[in-house]
Amino acid sequence: MATSSGAIAAASSQSRLLQLSLAGFLGLFITGFVGFSHMEVVHNAGHDYRHSMAFPCH
Amino acid sequence: MTIFRNVVFVAALSGLFAGFVMTAMQVAFTVPLILQAEAYEGAGEEGAAAEESHDHGAAGHSHGDEAWMPADGLERTLYTALAAIVTGIGFSLLLVVASELVGGIAGWRQGLFWGFAGFSVFTLAPGLGLPPELPGMPAADLFARQAWWIGVVIATAGGLALIALTRSAALAALGAVLIVLPHVIGAPQPESHDTLVPANLHHSFVVAVTVTNLIFWLALGAIVGVLRPRFAQGLGEPQSSLA
Repeated sequence: MATSSGAIAAASSQSRLLQLSLAGFLGLFITGFVGFSHMEVVHNAGHDYRHSMAFPCH
Repeated sequence: MTIFRNVVFVAALSGLFAGFVMTAMQVAFTVPLILQAEAYEGAGEEGAAAEESHDHGAAGHSHGDEAWMPADGLERTLYTALAAIVTGIGFSLLLVVASELVGGIAGWRQGLFWGFAGFSVFTLAPGLGLPPELPGMPAADLFARQAWWIGVVIATAGGLALIALTRSAALAALGAVLIVLPHVIGAPQPESHDTLVPANLHHSFVVAVTVTNLIFWLALGAIVGVLRPRFAQGLGEPQSSLA
């Protein structure tokens, strides 16, 4: 499964950038929701984790 | 959408792994300190107000305006694990995307360097202005702290990128300025730092949070470096050097 696949990486750089951006926004959304949501329920569920990650809390 | 799929797959696997590691470390090292601090928090609030935050005994639901929270013990631990794993995947997505933008992580050793970068951006830099807090400790306005936290993360990531990924001395200097700037501006601080939480308990917590996050990021970077070559068909050749 080693990689010698330069030729296969045929996606245009524009499409590549778009797909990477999409994945990046997904990551931002997930961490933002768990770490920063002001919803009480989300806060309470993730309380100990938020403190342990030093996310601003309370 | 091969690239998107492969990035998500690598991030999901590595985030799951690092999230499990993080959960184990938090249960062992940080959560016990949080529980100790909650005893002081409860003592400070006294009387009726004490029911409001972290206590929820049998007489618990006062007027139904109190939001759900997990019961202490196993349920609470499970939600901590869920948060750690979900966020682990989120952080992993950010790490994989950032590294793919400059060619991808070639192996576990390079992954460790990327892990150090993630630790610097998401733990070290924010923690200088806003050290990890225990329950019951005073803090400035939540929204202001969140805004500063996001600002320092963006500035530090941008600064590191300018230093590591460009060949220009001027841009590297700009990167250093970006990293320092949020600390010159300063994080929002409470009017008073007085708290019932003992200073040595807080100190232990700061150390525990910082070290567990370091291990989380190193584990995450290394596992991404190990997994990435197996999905590299859709991602392109790994880069030959870090920068």
